[in-house]
Amino acid sequence: MALITLENVTMSYEGVKVIDSLNLTVESGDYLCVVGENGSGKTTLLRGLLGLKKLDGGNICFSDGLKAEKIGYLPQQTEVQKDFPASVREVVRSGRIGTSPFKLFYSAEDKRIAEDAMEKLEIKDLAKKCYHDLSGGQQQRVLLARAICASEKLLILDEPVSGLDSNATDEMYDVIKRLNNDGMTVIMISHDIDKVIKNSKHILHLGQQKALFVGKTEDYKTIVKNGELQEKNS
Amino acid sequence: MNTIFSAIMTYNFLSRALVVGLMISLCAALLGVVLVLKRYSMIGDGLSHISFGALAFAAVMGYAPLKVAIPVVAVAAVLLLRLGGKKIKGDSLIAIISAGALAIGITLISYSGSSADMNSYLIGSLYAVKSSDMTLAIVLCSVVLAVFVLMYNRIFATTFDEDFSKATGVKPGMYNTVIAVLTAVTVVIGMRLMGSLLISALIVFPALSSMRIFKSFFAVTLSSVVISVVSFITGFCLTIILDGIPTGACITLVNLLIFVLFSLVEQVRK
Repeated sequence: MALITLENVTMSYEGVKVIDSLNLTVESGDYLCVVGENGSGKTTLLRGLLGLKKLDGGNICFSDGLKAEKIGYLPQQTEVQKDFPASVREVVRSGRIGTSPFKLFYSAEDKRIAEDAMEKLEIKDLAKKCYHDLSGGQQQRVLLARAICASEKLLILDEPVSGLDSNATDEMYDVIKRLNNDGMTVIMISHDIDKVIKNSKHILHLGQQKALFVGKTEDYKTIVKNGELQEKNS
Repeated sequence: MNTIFSAIMTYNFLSRALVVGLMISLCAALLGVVLVLKRYSMIGDGLSHISFGALAFAAVMGYAPLKVAIPVVAVAAVLLLRLGGKKIKGDSLIAIISAGALAIGITLISYSGSSADMNSYLIGSLYAVKSSDMTLAIVLCSVVLAVFVLMYNRIFATTFDEDFSKATGVKPGMYNTVIAVLTAVTVVIGMRLMGSLLISALIVFPALSSMRIFKSFFAVTLSSVVISVVSFITGFCLTIILDGIPTGACITLVNLLIFVLFSLVEQVRK
């Protein structure tokens, strides 16, 4: 069942058109990786999906009871977070904040969901630790736990493995795979083509404004192997 | 201690300054945690200079000072917090605006020929606190406390990660505006006591000291309030004992001492 449908989506970044008439369907339970050069509009596209950025044209439809606010988002780390005094538990719980528009305090259920998320990502023993004292891999797990708290259906991950060493990267891919196996739909930006081919179900390869490839990962593998992936407009 | 107590009981202006100071310290500490973490440490400084300019303008034109200063500073605060960083980066923007406003203020006061006022605006004093300030401070403090108690979780979420909270449907713009307006009022009222040059100390020091030692947002928030109130009371007593040294300077020095102590503790722990 189609969870998200993009029709003729056009978006720009700082006045420059980066995505032109993109059509895309994401099925429930899918694991879609978005790859492409820097500046090809990967993050811009995700921000469009999340409702953080307006579309220049086209539209994005959510179905299966999904709303833009019910997406678990893992953004790239910000400067602010580098010395922010926050315990792991505080960060994970904050994933529940958008679950109702007038939520002032976390309910017992919110707290339980946060504890479950920490359990799932094996960071429960870090609950009282300070976020900025953790290793890169642990920090990403915390942000992933927060994302899970915000959504049961869809995770959107913006380069969750950037800056991680190879061990932590592998672990992160394993965790994401596990979440996907449990029924979570995943849309993720990544640079690591090998890992993407190994893990994802579908791939969207963005080039200059146009998608160079949209489709099944196996097909992508063949195309890359044969060196057939090229800018069509060049 | 007895002399301080009896002095407060005897002189109305002292008890007034004590109440206003406590309220402002509390507000500044809470708002300061958010502002420091948002990388807006200098906003207090910028706003106090704008407030100085606005008060000078009001004095020269014969308007009621707070009626001019509060709206002007509130608008400036919202602009700085919401629009800052678009064309000129936040810190540069604050530097330009605060120097500009200070220059306008000094020019206006010098032109009108009342130099005594300039000192009290820049340095602040216990005598400058009026009874209308006290009412305003109590109202402000109640609002700040209510905002922090009711919206604590939202404030944390938006301060830690604006994009994430926006994606989950929280509106960070609204919280930034609320924080900006409350900061503006805190600065305008607080600068009578602390002086335009030192009010920003009240905003940044407690949060920065707390961050040396405490590692959760809740602990930092709580500790900032305690540090701020303790520094104020100590500074306030010092002013009375060391007659002639302005309150703003005394409070800032106590804050500085706490900051150094906490930094040492942090180093020892490592």
